[in-house]
Amino acid sequence: MINMKEIVTELGLKVVSGEADGPVSGGYSSDLLSDVIAYAQKDNVWITLQTHINIVAVANLKELSGIILVNGRQPEDATLKKAIQENISIMISNMSTFEIIGRLYSLGIRGNNK
Amino acid sequence: MNNLIHETSKIQEITYELKIQDVMDTEYQTVNSGMAVGSLREVLRKKRILGVPVVDGTDLVGIVSIEDFIKCMENGKLGETVGTMMTMDVKTLFADEPLITAVNKFEEYGFSRFPVISRQTGKLVGIITKIDIIKGILKKLETAYQHEEERRYRASHIFNDIVADDISIDLKYFIEGKNFDKAGEASTGLKKTLNRLGFPPDIVRRVTISTYEAEINIVSYTDKGEIHAFIDSNQIRIVVTDTGPGILDIEKAMLPGFSTAPGWVRELGFGAGMGLPNIKKFTDKMTLESVVGEGTRLETVVFLDSNKNKL
Ligand SMILES: Nc1ncnc2c1ncn2[C@@H]1O[C@H](COP(=O)(O)OP(=O)(O)OP(=O)(O)O)[C@@H](O)[C@H]1O
Ligand SMILES: [Mg+2]
Repeated sequence: MINMKEIVTELGLKVVSGEADGPVSGGYSSDLLSDVIAYAQKDNVWITLQTHINIVAVANLKELSGIILVNGRQPEDATLKKAIQENISIMISNMSTFEIIGRLYSLGIRGNNK
Repeated sequence: MNNLIHETSKIQEITYELKIQDVMDTEYQTVNSGMAVGSLREVLRKKRILGVPVVDGTDLVGIVSIEDFIKCMENGKLGETVGTMMTMDVKTLFADEPLITAVNKFEEYGFSRFPVISRQTGKLVGIITKIDIIKGILKKLETAYQHEEERRYRASHIFNDIVADDISIDLKYFIEGKNFDKAGEASTGLKKTLNRLGFPPDIVRRVTISTYEAEINIVSYTDKGEIHAFIDSNQIRIVVTDTGPGILDIEKAMLPGFSTAPGWVRELGFGAGMGLPNIKKFTDKMTLESVVGEGTRLETVVFLDSNKNKL
């Protein structure tokens, strides 16, 4: 399984919290939190534009491997604080969702097949 | 492997460190020896206990249990006094003894409770049950390890070691409505506790994800609510109540995609209309009741041996 470290290097992500280290089982992208709760799988990387503190709880409860924020979006202060405290990896990319997912796909990351 | 040794020794450490007086119940019920056996039933039933110490004045003179009561009933002796049928050779513990002594005595005698005596005065000062011990250890772990990784202090063997038939831990969380900065704290707190108790990761995920959806609904649609978690060794039951506006059409609310989330809630990424369907998907049992203008009550159960466990 591909490691988050590789993804960070390949996509040039900026890690703002957590270790960004560990296996990545696949990817999921959505800006609706309940949709992520329904369909993301353990150790998935999550691509979103949401920056509010609730993304930390979702990543924590679903045991995701990390969150990539798109279009250079910065997490809110409370989000960052919580993410550091809970050891949730948040990474920032200047690319758009479309571009990020394309790159992840070419690295071998897939969606969850039902 | 190292973690396991670490955990075990931590629990052991705590059972030596904590004293019986730190965890015992001091608001216990007593009866006196002159009481009619027939009245005992009411006392045990009301207090939902299986046994009670017998005290005359300030002296502990015996102990009676539900078994004693049943025996009297079978023999038609309900009119006699408690004094004639109680056990007079009471096994007790001293309040200043370490918890490990209590653990060992429970093991040795198989009783469900012990009266606790002050070494100085010889008087009854409390009652201790296995559940008091578990609660005491959990509380201590909570403070001892607030900042450490939860994997390290999983206390799976608490349940294995001191499992009683009537074990049930009851946790309560208060949820503030409209405050999204705190939203999720109850569910993530519950996750830590369940991990610590050693529940399998799949179970923990399903319970806490469904609790999170309910928590978010309280925050989104109501002013306040409560989450109760009833943890048994074979199931986890969650009861969520609020005093919000209620749900007009529950069938509709359960449909994936149905949402009345206001704009400020949608901005934060909620309002997909998937919360309630998610709760149904991740739990084994779900009951939703609501009265418009009064509030909503949700009850879910996740069984430990459920076949949904890979979700
Ligand atoms: N506790 C509650 N009190 C009042 N109304 C509620 C409550 N819980 C749910 N509802 C109603 O049921 C609808 C559906 O709830 P559900 O959780 O499925 O979706 P949502 O909250 O709208 O969106 P999502 O959960 O996907 O973010 C809500 O929009 C709301 O109208
Ligand atoms: Mg909801």
